[in-house]
Amino acid sequence: MTAVIRRLAQAIVVLWAAFTLSFVILYLLPGDAVLTKLGSADGGINASPEQIAQVRAEYGVDDPVLVQYGKRLWAALHGDFGRSIATGDDATHQVLSALPPTLAVSGFALVLAVVFGGGIAVLGTYTRARWLSHLLLSLPPLGISLPSFWVGLLLIQVFSFQLGLLPALGSTGFASLVLPSVTLALPTGAIIGQVLAKSLRTQLAQPYVEIVRAKGASRRRVHFGHALRNAALPALTLVGVVAGNLLAGSVITETVFSRDGVGRVTAAAVSVQDIPVVQAVIVLAAFFFVTLNLVVDLLYPVLDPRLARVPGELTRRERSHA
Amino acid sequence: MSADLLEIRDLSVCYRTRTDTVHAVRGVDLTVAAGEIVAVVGESGSGKSTTAHAVLGLLPRGGRIDAGQIRFAGQDLTGLSEKDWQAVRGTEIGLVPQDPTVSLNPVRRIGDQVAEVLLIHGLADRREAPARAVELLRRAGVAEPETRARQYPHELSGGLRQRALIAIALAGEPRLLIADEPTSALDVTVQREILDHLEGLAAESHTAVLLITHDLGVAADRAARIVVMSDGAVVETGPTREVLAAPEHPYTRRLLAAAPSLARTPLRPRRPPGPDVLVAVTGLAKTFPLPRTRSGPRAVRAVDDVSFTLTRGRTLALVGESGSGKSTIARMMVGLETPTSGRITFAGTDITRTGGEELRRLRRRFQLVYQNPYASLNPRFSIEEVVAEPLRAFRVGTRAERRARVVELIDQVALPASVLRRKPAELSGGQRQRAAIARALALHPDLVVCDEPVSALDVSVQAQILELLVRLQDELGLTYLFITHDLAVVREIADQVAVLRAGRLVEFGPADTVLADPRAEYTRRLLDAIPGNTRVDIGDTQR
Repeated sequence: MTAVIRRLAQAIVVLWAAFTLSFVILYLLPGDAVLTKLGSADGGINASPEQIAQVRAEYGVDDPVLVQYGKRLWAALHGDFGRSIATGDDATHQVLSALPPTLAVSGFALVLAVVFGGGIAVLGTYTRARWLSHLLLSLPPLGISLPSFWVGLLLIQVFSFQLGLLPALGSTGFASLVLPSVTLALPTGAIIGQVLAKSLRTQLAQPYVEIVRAKGASRRRVHFGHALRNAALPALTLVGVVAGNLLAGSVITETVFSRDGVGRVTAAAVSVQDIPVVQAVIVLAAFFFVTLNLVVDLLYPVLDPRLARVPGELTRRERSHA
Repeated sequence: MSADLLEIRDLSVCYRTRTDTVHAVRGVDLTVAAGEIVAVVGESGSGKSTTAHAVLGLLPRGGRIDAGQIRFAGQDLTGLSEKDWQAVRGTEIGLVPQDPTVSLNPVRRIGDQVAEVLLIHGLADRREAPARAVELLRRAGVAEPETRARQYPHELSGGLRQRALIAIALAGEPRLLIADEPTSALDVTVQREILDHLEGLAAESHTAVLLITHDLGVAADRAARIVVMSDGAVVETGPTREVLAAPEHPYTRRLLAAAPSLARTPLRPRRPPGPDVLVAVTGLAKTFPLPRTRSGPRAVRAVDDVSFTLTRGRTLALVGESGSGKSTIARMMVGLETPTSGRITFAGTDITRTGGEELRRLRRRFQLVYQNPYASLNPRFSIEEVVAEPLRAFRVGTRAERRARVVELIDQVALPASVLRRKPAELSGGQRQRAAIARALALHPDLVVCDEPVSALDVSVQAQILELLVRLQDELGLTYLFITHDLAVVREIADQVAVLRAGRLVEFGPADTVLADPRAEYTRRLLDAIPGNTRVDIGDTQR
């Protein structure tokens, strides 16, 4: 229980660090979104100093840095990252409303990555046909080396323009989900497949596997009943890391496939230095990353009893020492 | 010979690698009758383990049977399909492995792993299997089997894990058990209990055992017949008594002479303590903290109030089983660990209260030789760099002088000069340990602490290393602190013996007294557990 509380505290520290770091970088960097805004609104930089001062006060950027930081942090704790400088909307709302389509693509991509990456690894190490094993296990390195924007364009070319099976653009309906998800899943699934295959091979060479075989166990039992669960741990760690990357990857796929979503919002906000929106995105991304890894951490002891040390209970080894 | 359960005829096994083919087993003949215990004895690379695995159809990758037959109960096993093998393994032939600490699936409960054998072969259904597994564990000598069945492997000691593996091997009531070095990873007292138990179970159920071992002592105690293997071939075979009494093959004779468990004379006359005290240990204690719990902080007392003295030119053997604290003492004596309390005086200086530059200067005078010669040499260094490293670290001499010293050291440990440019991986285990000894001697130390220096080596190599250590002691006037779990080795080299148990010194005295007439009950148990003790003595009155 204390371990869970400790992990939660760590997660909160990571979120705070993400907020602070993004504040430092975004607010202290040169460049002025207020000037950008006034400039774009009036078609030229001819706003009077009074106007500039008024807008500055409105956005609270004329306070000393520490006061700004304190105010921002307090507001952020209440889910308020300020107003978008570009559109004037609530930044949090803007980001959250763009979230569902992104989550749909990322979630679907994660499912595809785990199912196909894991499937290739399991089948590639299970099959006794050498050619098939070689073929399957050469797929992950290939998948990793293909750039995802290029894969996206290729998929559109083939499945939309030539075969006309799936829509190339847009964000309506399940069909529009397929191509971006596949694009996003490819590198992720490839990494999962590669790590799981490696880890399965290591496990299958362990002495305990020989004992299972000496019991008269079938190949299937050895593979699925024993090796897979031991091999899953490194792959699970990886899922936590790459799932966070799916969110980052959405910037590229959403641009390539012209989909609505957090990726597009991010790209737009960065290009006009819309700091509140960018910061909301950063903290949101950190939140997902931290949550996923927290879940992964809590799953470890379920998979491996050696990691589930009940405090207060001595292990056998310690007892024999004591 | 229809009475034979297992009949191996002219078996040849080779391993194919990308570049070449290694013939691991060449034309081996071997028979095991029903209910008989046959020991296959040999050193690493003799092909004994490969033969055992061929009988189970579990050759490692790249291994293949070239020629010959393995007949089991009249059926030739060499042509079996994987499916047919699955019916043989577990119910006809069982396996007890070498290292119990890595032979159980870490993420499944002990009971489930025992019950699995019953489920695979349909010997029990899901409802009754757990209870049967508990019963099997009880038969294998596991105390509180209900609790143990619910635990995971890491919660059990090595001995208990081996018992669980014996339960697994016997679950399908096989007619033949293959025991591949079943106890070489365990402490001697545990080793003895487990072998006794295994022998009893086998006799009770009339199970034949093919016992693979490097230890002639174990073979002598347990087997009716012995098969001696060397370099992939059987060099001698016969009833245990005859093979040990009148070995025909020179290799068997060499093995017999080298087996520490069968040797009974010291390598040199034992010396009484001298006048010049080099090391004095008083009231030494070491406590390690454990993760804290609700009930407050906890700690393990690894070393508890240990005192002894060691005089110059003598060998003190520090004996104990795993967890006895012997390695912790060794680490404290060379300054790698700080005692919680107590004093270690080295040549008049208390090293526990010395630090910095003075300790560094003292360090030159005591050196450590580790257990595992495979891990203690930097794999990227050449042997010359390995041996010269202490000289470089203490900036001794010029480059040419250092080189001359290395050549001299290599010669002292009887290695050819050609090894200087080689990497550790190109040397055999014995050669590596010689290089490690040369490194330890580089700075002319007074004291050499040897932490199980021969336990990872084959017996004939063990004997050579022990002889080397004794010769060097005489030539260089060295003092040894010799840490070991093996009382047989102690018998050969120690002047004084200190017996440790659970961090406490249970006995300390001259080697002859401790070995011949131990005061402590525990020492007696250790001595009784040495394999080879129960064999019938031939032409030797001393026991």
